[in-house]
Amino acid sequence: MAAFTLAAALAAPTIATPALAAKDELVIGMTQFPSNWHPSMEAMMAKSYVLSMARRPFTAYDPDWRLTCLLCTELPALDKGTAEVETRADGKKGIKVTYTINPKATWGDGTPVTTEDVLFTWTVGKHPQSGYSNFDLFARDIVAIEAKDERTFTIHRDKAVCSYAEINDFEILPAHLERAVFEADPATYRNRSKYETDTTNPGLWFGPYRIAQVEPGSHVVLEPNPTWWGAKPAFKRVIVKSIENTAALEANLLAGQVDMVPGETGLPLDQVLAFEKRHGSRYNVFYKPGLFFEHVELNLDNPALADVRVRRALLHAIDREAISKQLYDGRQPVAHNEISPLDRVHAPGYPTYAFDPALAGRLLDEAGWSERRAGVRHNAKGERLSLEIMTTAGNRSREVLQQVLQAQWRQAGVEVRIVNEPARVLFGDTLEKRRFKSMALFAWISAPENIPRTILHSSMIPTEANNWAGQNYTGYRNPEMDKVLEDLEHVCEPDANRALWAKLQTLYAQDLPNLPLFFRADPFILPPWLDGVVPTGHLDSSTLWIETWKAKE
Amino acid sequence: MTRFLASRLLQALVVLLLMSFVITVLMTLMPGDPVDMMLAGNPRATPADAARLKALYGLDKPLLERYGHWLQAALMGDFGFSRLYAQPVLTILLPRLGNTLLLLGAAMALTLAVALPLGVYAARRPYGWADNAINLFCFAGISVPAFWLALLLILLFAVELQWLPASGLGPVGGEGWWERLPYLVLPVASLTLASIGGYTRYVRAAMMGELRQDYIRTARAKGLGEGRVVWRHALRNATIPIVTIVALEFGALFSGALVTETMFAWPGMGKLIYDSIMGNDLNVALVALLFATLTTLAGNLLADAAYAGLDPRISFKGDGA
Repeated sequence: MAAFTLAAALAAPTIATPALAAKDELVIGMTQFPSNWHPSMEAMMAKSYVLSMARRPFTAYDPDWRLTCLLCTELPALDKGTAEVETRADGKKGIKVTYTINPKATWGDGTPVTTEDVLFTWTVGKHPQSGYSNFDLFARDIVAIEAKDERTFTIHRDKAVCSYAEINDFEILPAHLERAVFEADPATYRNRSKYETDTTNPGLWFGPYRIAQVEPGSHVVLEPNPTWWGAKPAFKRVIVKSIENTAALEANLLAGQVDMVPGETGLPLDQVLAFEKRHGSRYNVFYKPGLFFEHVELNLDNPALADVRVRRALLHAIDREAISKQLYDGRQPVAHNEISPLDRVHAPGYPTYAFDPALAGRLLDEAGWSERRAGVRHNAKGERLSLEIMTTAGNRSREVLQQVLQAQWRQAGVEVRIVNEPARVLFGDTLEKRRFKSMALFAWISAPENIPRTILHSSMIPTEANNWAGQNYTGYRNPEMDKVLEDLEHVCEPDANRALWAKLQTLYAQDLPNLPLFFRADPFILPPWLDGVVPTGHLDSSTLWIETWKAKE
Repeated sequence: MTRFLASRLLQALVVLLLMSFVITVLMTLMPGDPVDMMLAGNPRATPADAARLKALYGLDKPLLERYGHWLQAALMGDFGFSRLYAQPVLTILLPRLGNTLLLLGAAMALTLAVALPLGVYAARRPYGWADNAINLFCFAGISVPAFWLALLLILLFAVELQWLPASGLGPVGGEGWWERLPYLVLPVASLTLASIGGYTRYVRAAMMGELRQDYIRTARAKGLGEGRVVWRHALRNATIPIVTIVALEFGALFSGALVTETMFAWPGMGKLIYDSIMGNDLNVALVALLFATLTTLAGNLLADAAYAGLDPRISFKGDGA
C-alpha cells in the first residue's frame, strides 16, 4: 500500500480526468463477489447489495432508519386492526399481522406475486432440509400463515413482540418456478434452486433491475426489468464489478473503469481519506456513520476484567477523540454506548468515559493494581496487569488501532500483548468458544432499534452445554439487564418502551461489558454526475432505492 | 516407454489418493466449523439450527465415513457441491482453471520467448557490458514484488495513459478473443517481467556450462558455423535443466498466480483455492488442490518425456518399475 501511495502521489499531477461514463450505464466496483444467488442462503453483504436491485423484501429500514413497506401496501399496526394480539391454543400470547402485497407486483416473467408465493416461501423456510440459516423465523417465530386472497395474508407469530411489523428477512420465492425444484428433493434444493442453476431467468426477479449476466468472480450485469411496477430506473445497464484488492479497485476508479465505490462493501475508511485528499475534487466523497459498532470485547471470566473498576479505567485511559481525529480524520464518531445516537431509541444521560489518565490511574489503584514495576502495574499478590488483545489478522485499520490502544494502555501501566488470528479462526472458533483470554477488537453489525439480546442476555453466553450458541462472548451476567432485554420485546407502550431503552443504555454504560470505541462510517465515492444515492448506514443496502439513482442533466 | 508411462500413471493415482485423504484430514483439523461460520452473523440461529445444518452437510459423520462417501462419489465422477457457491464443484472450477491456464500459459510462452535468447546472448559474451546489463535487468525483475509491479503497470497503462484496461477478463458483453486480448496484456506483462529474470539466469548458467564442453570445441573444430553450434548443439543440451525448471513451475502455477489474479481481478484458480480454504469449502478446496497435484505430476511426466526427445542418451527402456 505504501508503494501504491507513493506511485499514486507521483502520478497524481498528470492523471487525466477519467472520461465520463456513458450516462445510461453505471459501473459499481466492490471488494466482494456474491458467492451464490438464493436470497435466503448464506447471507453476505455483497449479495444483499446486488439482490436489492433485483428484488425487494416486504419491509425494510429506509435511509431515515424508519421501517417501511417495499413489497406490501402498508405496515400492519395495532391501531389500524391489521395487527392484533391473540391468545394461542397453548395459552401463550402471540400476535397476528396482516399484509397486502402491492397489487402491481409481478415477477420478471409477468407472473403476479401472490400469497401462493408467500405460502411456498414459508414451506421452504421451515423445512429442516432446506438449508435456510434463518430457520428460526420460519419454523418457530411464524406459527401459521393464512392466505385471505391472492394478495392479502395474515402471519401468526409466536410472541407478541413490539417489532411485529418487521419481516425484513422473509425473502419471497417464486412458487411457479421453484416449487417443482423444491418438491423434487428438499434436501438438495439448496444446490438445485433456479437461483443457482438459472440465475438470469427473469421470473426470479422483481426489482427495478433483473440479473442479465453473471461472470463468476468477475462481474454481474443488471438490466431494467420490464415488469417493474415502480418508478422507471434511469440506467440501461448496471454493472457490478468485483475487485477484491482495494488498491486495484482504487486504480480502476481512477482509470474510469469503475464509476462508483459504495460504502457497503467498498474501500476502507483510511484509504478513502487518503484518496479524498488526492482526488476528492473529482468525486463526491462522503461518509455515512452507521450501526457498525467497533468495540473491544472483554472476557469477564478474566479475573482482572471481572472488576468493573478495571474496565472503566481501561476506557478512561484511551483518548478516543484523538484517535478518531488522527486515524479517521474525525469521520468516525466516538461511541459512548452500544446504541448509536443516530438510532431513534438512543437515550442520552448514561455515564460516559472521557480521556482521563489520572482517573484511570486512581481506579486501577482502587482495584488493587497499585504497584508499578518497570512501568507495569502489579497487585498485592505480585501478579502483572497483563492482558491480550486479539483482532482479525490482515485488517490493517484494526491492527493500527490495536497498536495505538496498546501504547495508550501502556501509559496507564497496563501491559497489553497483541495476538491476532485470521478471521476464519477468530470468528469461527476463538470468540464462539470464548477462547480469547482477555480482549478482542471487532465490530457488531446491527439494524435500527435492534434489541441486543443475543449479545447481552445471560442465556446467550456460549457454553459447551448449549453447543456454543449465543453471542454473549463477554460472559456478561446481570439479571436486571436480562429483564430489560426481555421486556423490550413486548412492552410496546411508547413511554414504557423508551424508559426500557434508556435503562438498557444506562446499565450498559455502568457495567461496561465491553469497551465502546467508534461507530464505523461507510465511505462512498461517487462520480459528480450521479444523483440520488442515499446511504442508509445499516444492514439494508442503498440499492433498495436504486430506481431513484440517475445521471444529472 | 509404454511401461514407463503406465508405471508413472499408476504412481500418480496413488499420490492423488493419498493427497485427497491428507487434504481432507488437514482441512478437518483446521479451526472453524463451516456451519458455525455460516451462522456467525445470524443472531437468530440456535444450537438446533446448527445441528440441523451440520447433519444436512454431513458434518456430523466421522471423518473416515465422510471421506469414504466423497471417494465413492468422486470415482463415479461426482465431486460434490460447493457449500459456499451452491454449485457443482467442477462447474465452478473448470472455467477458473481455463482462465488460469490461459494467463499462465501466455506468460510462460512469453517468458521463454524472451529469456531463451537473452540467456544465450549473455552466456556467449559473459562479463561484458551486455551481460552486465542483462544481469541487472534480471535481478531487478527477480527483486520487484509482484503486487508492486502489477500496481505500477495499472497506474501507468490504465490510469495515466488509459491505453489498457486495469482489470477483468474482457469487456462486458464482449466474447471475441480480440476483445479480450487487451485484458490479458497487463497481467501477462506483470507475470512475465517477474519471471524473465529467473529464467534468463537459468539459461545463461546452463549455456555457459555447455559452451565449455569438449563436444562444443569439437563441433567448432569441425568447422560448424557458430549459430549451428550454439542453437543446435549447446542449447539443445542446456534445455534439459530448463525443462526441469518449467516442469516444477507447473506445480506452483496456481498459488503463484494468486497475487496477479487478485490485483487484476482475474477469476482464476489461485484465488479460488485461497477462498475455499479460508471459507472452509472442503469440496472445492479438495478438488482444486488435487488439480494442483495433478498438474505437478503431469508437468514432471512431460519433462521426463521431453528429456528423451532432447537427449537421445536418455532412454526409458527397462525403466519399468
